[in-house]
Amino acid sequence: MEITTLFIWLIPVPPLLAFFTIVLFTNRNNRLSHRIAVGAAGLSWLFSMWVFWQALQKEHFGEEVFASSFDWLSMGADKLRIGVMIDPLSAIVLFFVAWTVLMIFIYSIGYHNFGQPKGDHDQAGLPPHGAKVKEHGHEHTVPSIEPMYARFFAFIGLFAFGMFTLVVSDNLLTLFVGWEIMGLCSYLLIGFWYGKESARDAAKKAFMTTRIGDVFMLLGIAYLYSAAGTLNFRAILHSQEMLDMLAALPSGYFGLSAAGLIGLLLFIGTVGKSAQFPLHVWLPDAMEGPTPVSAMIHAATMVSAGVYMVIRMFPLLSAGMDHGEPTVAMSVMAFVGALTALFAATIALAQNDIKRVLAYSTISQLGYMIAALGIGAYVAAAFHLVTHAFFKALLFLGSGSVIHGVEHGVLHTGDHDTDPQDMFNMGGLRKKMPLTFWTFLIGGFSLSGFPVLTAGFWSKDEILADAFANEHTVVFWTLAAAAFLTAFYTMRQITLTFLGEARSEAAEHAHETPPSMTRPLIVLAVFALAAGWVGVPDHFPVLGGKLPNWFHHFVGGTLLTEPHAVKFDRFPLITSVVVAGGGLFLGWLVYRKVPKGAADPLSKPLGPLYRLFANKYNIDEIYSFLFIRPAVWFSEQFTYLFLDRKIIDGLLHAVARFSVALGGFLRKYIDVIVINGSGDLVATLTQRFGQWFRGIQTGRVQQYMLAAMSLTFITLFYYLLVLQP
Amino acid sequence: MIPLSWYLIFAAALFCIGLYGVLARKNAIAILMGVELMLNAVNINLVAFWRYLAPQRIDGQVFAIMVFAVAAAEVAVGLALVISVYRRRHTVAADEIDMMKW
Repeated sequence: MEITTLFIWLIPVPPLLAFFTIVLFTNRNNRLSHRIAVGAAGLSWLFSMWVFWQALQKEHFGEEVFASSFDWLSMGADKLRIGVMIDPLSAIVLFFVAWTVLMIFIYSIGYHNFGQPKGDHDQAGLPPHGAKVKEHGHEHTVPSIEPMYARFFAFIGLFAFGMFTLVVSDNLLTLFVGWEIMGLCSYLLIGFWYGKESARDAAKKAFMTTRIGDVFMLLGIAYLYSAAGTLNFRAILHSQEMLDMLAALPSGYFGLSAAGLIGLLLFIGTVGKSAQFPLHVWLPDAMEGPTPVSAMIHAATMVSAGVYMVIRMFPLLSAGMDHGEPTVAMSVMAFVGALTALFAATIALAQNDIKRVLAYSTISQLGYMIAALGIGAYVAAAFHLVTHAFFKALLFLGSGSVIHGVEHGVLHTGDHDTDPQDMFNMGGLRKKMPLTFWTFLIGGFSLSGFPVLTAGFWSKDEILADAFANEHTVVFWTLAAAAFLTAFYTMRQITLTFLGEARSEAAEHAHETPPSMTRPLIVLAVFALAAGWVGVPDHFPVLGGKLPNWFHHFVGGTLLTEPHAVKFDRFPLITSVVVAGGGLFLGWLVYRKVPKGAADPLSKPLGPLYRLFANKYNIDEIYSFLFIRPAVWFSEQFTYLFLDRKIIDGLLHAVARFSVALGGFLRKYIDVIVINGSGDLVATLTQRFGQWFRGIQTGRVQQYMLAAMSLTFITLFYYLLVLQP
Repeated sequence: MIPLSWYLIFAAALFCIGLYGVLARKNAIAILMGVELMLNAVNINLVAFWRYLAPQRIDGQVFAIMVFAVAAAEVAVGLALVISVYRRRHTVAADEIDMMKW
């Protein structure tokens, strides 16, 4: 085996080994546990970088991918093959996953307060409450180490294993395996602080909501296997005959082709995993988990996995597309994506929790990618996936750093009523936490698409340009509006958190976080700026052509025919600059002077609309009314009280009563009388006979003799006289 | 020569006297004596049959000698039992020795 292929096989292995080692052996030793986990992530990172580097060396990498596989399960004549495959798309995904995972692992050390004393009343399942220490003669409270420190690293190790498996797999089945492992890990990690009821509920919600999507995805996989006879990506997606066959095969449902139906089913899986409307509800609640988890789930890995899967399956989704007319599956994606992008952005406007804003922002940005794919902008979607992973991981980790800093202030002042995640309790953190501020600013500007400098600008611009050039006007304007809102709420977040004056005592005593947290921020900030420069369009004014549009050629090579870059047009560029700049400026203008205790300045002018946004369009309530309460009612009233208690229990009780009655009858009339009676009768008769018969036992030897003699004579006479021999 | 039947009749008579003694006498020693008579009646039969039917063979005489031996042993055991019973119960009447009843 080639060394590169071997390395691809090895990429997912170290985190899995780390998981088992920590769970089985080292879970009592915090230092060893995090060293093993970070070491494993580092090893995976090393393998990934090697593979990525090798991929860069290849001239026509899209044609000659790294692939290796062997027989896994043989079922009758069929054989399922398991294998790894790295093509340009998975290479870039591998690149950002390896980086973000490593950064998140390192960040977790600081976030979980490694090196701090044990908390005074900390217990497993609850976040640490801080410890009192005596220093310089007076007592004060400092953050305490997470009680389940080692377990956290075990879980994120397993999570990383799931993601790496998903990225390197060469078929849909192993991809699904990685997908489900991540589903499990997200459940475990969201519910990491299981002592909190909200965390438990959020974990269940995330698991069950994504499960809806996963069931449909599994159906899609099964259908694809029965229609195509294989699940291998190259065999399906890189063969025009196979795609034509699937596009021509009618599915028999809704007039869709097999390709269309499979594409839609797989897309529903993505809707669940990547939190698209209407299955987006789990993601904001998932903020109950520790912040590195939020970053992993919402930036680097899980939600990216959903988008990665649809980008991967794009040839299938677009199979049967003629003359640029999108297929049904693509139209659905464009609609869902654009709707989600705008809808989540409006909700993000009215959230006060720093992490929730980012959660909705993630939903919105994922909607961007889905919409981009829906209009056929394959490369742009992949590009935005990469840049988004970097700047969103940066923002999540930055928000974690902010929360950590403010929590420090909360512990210091002892004012436990201050919510350390509420942005209206912050302000003025610029000076207290300079590193966090600058990196967060970079991440935020990248998210808003600040022109030229940031990565987010290039990827977002490409999506808008694509939408404009292919005359998807509705999608274009929806996404432009979403971009404006994105810039606005991002600036709102930055202004409320870092600028102005501190609005609480806790914020005044906030503290910069340790280097293990800030250094990953710096690394990610570099990528949040630089990741965009690899994809500068060729015809961009001034810059175009100076830097080659490497990304387009590299990722475009994944497809059978490389998509040609869209013609440059000033209009989408100007739109994107105006919405980004305008949003940022307006956000600063509105929120720069929010006094302590004041309400959101937007709540008055927007009125009921603001409340609608703040209540997330009441979708949770609607779901509760439509699905949860009927389900609870049904299970309580029908399944439990009627079906279980009345029918099943009733049947069982009837059987029990009948058995008791039958048993009583049998005992009374059969057992006691017949069986016992005959048994007793035999005994009594034997006894009576014995009593009567023992009378002959006189003990007089002469009587015995007489009896013996008489018997002898009788026998003798009988023999001699009657038988007469 | 006296015919065989005489011997047989004599032996039968002797056997019956012995049997009568065993069944009718009260004294345990007398019962033992009756047993002796019965055994000797048998001996007479054995010797008579030997003499008249198969004088060239020795079986009859050997048998008679074995019966003597057994009779001697029997009397020794029987008398010992009687003495033992007499010591315990001060009687030799067979009627009163009924410990073996139920």
